[in-house]
This record gives sequence, structure tokens and C-alpha cells, in this order.
Amino acid sequence: MRRRRPRAKESAGQAPAKGLSKAPTGILGVDEITGGGLPRGRPTLVCGGPGCGKTLFATEFLVRGALEYGEPGVFMLFEETAEELAENTRSLGFDLDQMVARGQLAIDHVRVEPSEIEETGEYNLDGLFIRLAYAIDSIKAKRVVLDTIETLFSGFSNQAILRAELRRLFSWLKDRGVTTVITGERGQGQLTRQGLEEYVSDAVILLDHRVSEQRSIRRLRIVKYRGSAHGTNEYPFLIDEQGFSVLPITSLGLDSQASNEVVSFGVQALDEMLGAKGMYRGTSALVSGAAGTGKTSLASSFVDASCRRGERCLFLAYEESPQQLVRNMRSIGIDLQRWIDKGLLQIQAARPSSHGLEMHLVSLHKAITTFQPRALVMDPISSLAGAGTLEEAQAMLIRTIDFLKQKGVTALYTSLTTGDRAIATSEVGISSLIDTWILLRQTELNGERNRTLFVLKSRGMSHSNQVREFILDEHGIGLRDAYLGPEGVLTGSARLAQEARDRERELRQREELAREQSRLLTRHKALEAQREALDVELQNAADELGRLTGDEQRRRERHAGDQKQMAKSRQVDLPRNGRSNSHG
Amino acid sequence: MARLKGSRAAPKAAKYQLRLYVAGQSARSIAALTNLHRICDAHLAGEYQIEVIDLLEQPQLAKGDQILAVPTLVRKLPEPFRKIIGDLSETDRVLIGLDLKPMET
Repeated sequence: MRRRRPRAKESAGQAPAKGLSKAPTGILGVDEITGGGLPRGRPTLVCGGPGCGKTLFATEFLVRGALEYGEPGVFMLFEETAEELAENTRSLGFDLDQMVARGQLAIDHVRVEPSEIEETGEYNLDGLFIRLAYAIDSIKAKRVVLDTIETLFSGFSNQAILRAELRRLFSWLKDRGVTTVITGERGQGQLTRQGLEEYVSDAVILLDHRVSEQRSIRRLRIVKYRGSAHGTNEYPFLIDEQGFSVLPITSLGLDSQASNEVVSFGVQALDEMLGAKGMYRGTSALVSGAAGTGKTSLASSFVDASCRRGERCLFLAYEESPQQLVRNMRSIGIDLQRWIDKGLLQIQAARPSSHGLEMHLVSLHKAITTFQPRALVMDPISSLAGAGTLEEAQAMLIRTIDFLKQKGVTALYTSLTTGDRAIATSEVGISSLIDTWILLRQTELNGERNRTLFVLKSRGMSHSNQVREFILDEHGIGLRDAYLGPEGVLTGSARLAQEARDRERELRQREELAREQSRLLTRHKALEAQREALDVELQNAADELGRLTGDEQRRRERHAGDQKQMAKSRQVDLPRNGRSNSHG
Repeated sequence: MARLKGSRAAPKAAKYQLRLYVAGQSARSIAALTNLHRICDAHLAGEYQIEVIDLLEQPQLAKGDQILAVPTLVRKLPEPFRKIIGDLSETDRVLIGLDLKPMET
């Protein structure tokens, strides 16, 4: 290795310096935390106490290797017989007998019976090597499992020979280039009883099954991995009917489909607070709030809306029995029973603490795969923490949320918070996975508590920034605009009182206005009348003037006529007139 | 292989039916067979039958008698089934293994 580096520099074009070749295990989560699987062509030790899942890990490594990666495997059993193994793994859906028949698997049970064996002089374990080589050659195996090799130590008394032979076996396996999993029982103060396997293995995976506060917890840790980076945390893992699955917290794939379809919360006013008029299908919503803020009611409304669309919905109730839930929701006008009767709604009520977080999530996975719901409610997720530590609950929850997203299940989670502090603590682990977060709160004012609601975040859409009052009554859930006044947000009676005061003031103002209006109207009318009177007067004056002018005209005409006549009568004739003219 | 094929002419249904598993003709294999013949001639003259199996030639036979170590001597008959591993150089232990000598306390 030391000499490879400078040479790789010189001949960069030739055989690029690749990372260690890895053989994927196909076990959920393990390939993620090992960065691709176990070291190819090298031995890996999987160790742990009794019942921690070593044999299962090894079995899955072989079975999935053969089925998913086309690498046949040899299973060398030192403890169980082939029949027992086939029987034990049948519950996981593995048909080992069929795999053996197809040449994907070779099983060799090595029985070590100390009482039958008498040691007389020197020997070696060539018999084991030959058996293994024969099994490998018979199916051209790429993978080998030795479970549990230390059983040999009970069968042979000459430990020196045995240790030397085991070292030889490991290097022989490397020479053969088979990817090997060796299981080992955990010893006192060291990883294995003999303290041998961990040094000759290229990778060591430690499985742990501990009981803490009466709860069983399974953990996996990669102790060593030569020549490769690896996750160093302890990862929780499950064993269920799908087999072994590790929950890598940090390496979740975010490849879920993004739907543009919008799903209603069943509360119109709430839908309208969100830009898209609801939440996107397949996303997750979190409704968090203190006790009695209406989380379950909002969740039920969501369920109701889902069932109305004819979509199946799974309700996981951690605090109420189905009957209780149905009865309680009837009081706010939501009839869940009819959806149960129609088979659209399944309520699963169980305390997660009753059978541990792992089993709980197993049953959840099962319910989702069998019932195939399009919507799911978990009420409340905070009680998951009661079944394990907060970290565990979060890890499980993240896994579940991711699983649901990948299945395209629209999920609504409720979370019980205690005080405002909880927003920053209990949900912080999952808040990043939540797409729509609705916060329910209680405000205490003037001797009463009232519920308020606001949207904390809503990915991919605008949302109202308003705090609304959240009202539960026999007609269901309603939202009211909370009163915003100089004293801040008012809710409940305070809001009602303020509204009444406002109404009164408004009434007064209206009355005042009406009075003023009528006063003005009267005045207007009076002026109008005055104007009419003046008009008449004006007309009269004009008429008078006209008459006067006409009289004058007539008087003048008459006067002229009179003069003419008078002149005529006085015989003032024209020559006089002409004389006077000539005089003039 | 001729040297290892050592089954002596014996009556059809010999009382002791022994099978010696070896891996190739190593010094240890030859020592085991030599030791076996010596012990049998001394204690089981005419009553035994030895079958030598070279696992390098017949690897599939290792599984049947649960062979891990070589050399391994298997007492097929009389019952019960016994296994003696090693080069059979410790005669006393071989005799104990074959139930020809009571276990020392």
C-alpha cells in the first residue's frame, strides 16, 4: 500500500485509485452506513451477545447477496442444523431449500461434539478447509458465512493449534477472494471470546441488544472498517418479518414523488390560510399544541375529509380507544363511525410503550402495507417518546415519515407540547421533515382560556401569517379572525365583548349620522322652499318689470299718437314742419 | 496412493470398521496410517477393516462424517460412533478412543 501512492500518481490514466471494493449486503440501512457494503473479498466479523441478530444478519447477507446481487453463498453452520436454519428463516419469507436447489446457496452444518472426539497427537483443520473449498467450488460462491466459528474452541482442546488454524483460515478466505461474514459471541472485555477474530477481520460490526428501563433496544455499530470511512454512531435496528433493518438517521434518500394535488384539512377556513388551499398530497403536516388545544379534533376533521373523498385512512390513536374517539368526535359533529363501517377508516389504538418502539413501528409498517391508506394520522407522536428515548423516537419517526412520503401517504401528526419551550425541543428532530406545521395555542385572558391557531410553516406555498381563533362546537371546527386591537389579540369573551363594544359604538355612530342626515335634509328642504319662494318673487319682479316696461311703451306710443292728433287738431301741418326744417 | 490403501484382508463383516480421513500424502497422514496399523495389529488382529479416504480426492465425503480435523479416525462399528483426531501417535489415547482401554482417571 505504501508503494502504491507514488505509482498511482505517475500513471494516473492507468487504473485510477479506486476506493475499497464493497459487496452490498442488501440489508436495509447497512449499505448506507458502510458506504456500500462489506469489504469485498475479505472477512467481516459480526459480533454480539446471544439473541442480538448475528445469524439473521449473516443469513440476510447471503440470501440477499444471492437473490439481489447474483452472488451465490456458502453458509457454514456450527450451531444450528440446516433444517433449523431453514425453519427459522422461513418466517422471513426466505426459502433456503429452494435456493439450495437452484445452486444459489450451499449449507453445511458442522457439528462439533466434544464427547465424541479424542485427540491423539498432531492434527490440523484441513478437513474444514476442504469442506469449505468444496462447498465454494460446488456453486462458485462469492460469499461465505461462518456461524459461529468459535464453537470450534469447545470441540478441540488444543487451543494453540486452533488459533493458528483460524488465522490460516482467515488468510485462506482472503486468498480465495470470498466476502466472508464470521459471527462471534461477545466476550468479557473484548469483542469476541477468543479475542482473535476481531484482529484478523477487515471490518467489525457490533450488534447489541440491551434492555433499558424495561425496554429492549437493538443497536448496531461499526467498530472497525479497514480502508474505508464509515458511520461511527450506534444505529438502532429492527428485526421484523421483513428481516433486519438498520435505521440510518443521516442517510435517508429524499426521492419521494412531489404531487401537485392538494388535500383538504376538512376545515375550509384553515385551507384558505394556505396558499394552495390545503396541503399537498403525500406531504406531512404537524399539528402541535398543549393539552386540550384541539389537536385530535383537527386530526379527525382531516380524517373525515379524507374519507369523504373516498380515500382510506389509518388513524393511530395512542391515547384514546376507537370507541372513545368516535364518541368524542361526534360531539363536534364528526361521524367517524360511518367511515369505519364503510371500511375507509381503520383506527388502531395502542400505547406504543406497551410493546416497544420497534414492534410498534413494525406493526405500523405492516398496517400500511396491508391496508394501503392514502392518509394517515398519528395522534400524538409525542407519546412515542414514552416508548423509548427521545432520540430513538425521533429516529423511528424520521424513518416512518420518510417511509410514508415514499408511499405517497398524506400524513398528519399531532404532537403534545408542554409550554412554548417544547416547540424548540421535542419537535426539533422532525420539524425539518414536516411540510406544513400548524400550531395550536391557548391564550389565557380575563379568566378564560381560548384556542388560537396559526400556520408556522408551509412548504411550497404561501400561507397566512394571521393568528386565528380556533373554535370547536357541535357544528365542527371553525376559525374566526382573532380581534386585533390596541390591546393586542383578543379571543373568546374578550373578543365578544370587544366586538359588542364595537357594535355599540358603531350603532351610536350610525344613529348620529342618521340624525345629521335628517337635519341636513330638513335644512336642504327648507332652503329648497326658500329658493322656490325667491324664484316666485323673482318671477314676480320680472313680470312687474316687464309690465312696467310695456306700460311705458304703450304710454309713449299713446303719447305720440296723442300729440299727432293734437297737432292735427291744432292744424300744425307739414309745411310748417318743412319751414321749421328749412329753418333748421 | 498404493501405500495408503492399507486395508488388510479381513473377514467380510469385521467387528471393527474403521475409516481414516487424511488430506493428501503428508507426513502426518502416513504417520497416522502407520500408527493405526500398528495399534490394530497389536490389539485387534483379524477383527478390523480400515478404509482410507483422501479428502483432497473426495472432498464431498468430509461432510458425511463431520470431518474438520485431519487426520481423523472414525470408528463406524461397533457402536457408538467415535472420532479420534491427530496422527495417532499417542497409543493410549487411541485405545481409549477405540474403547479398547478404560479411561484413566
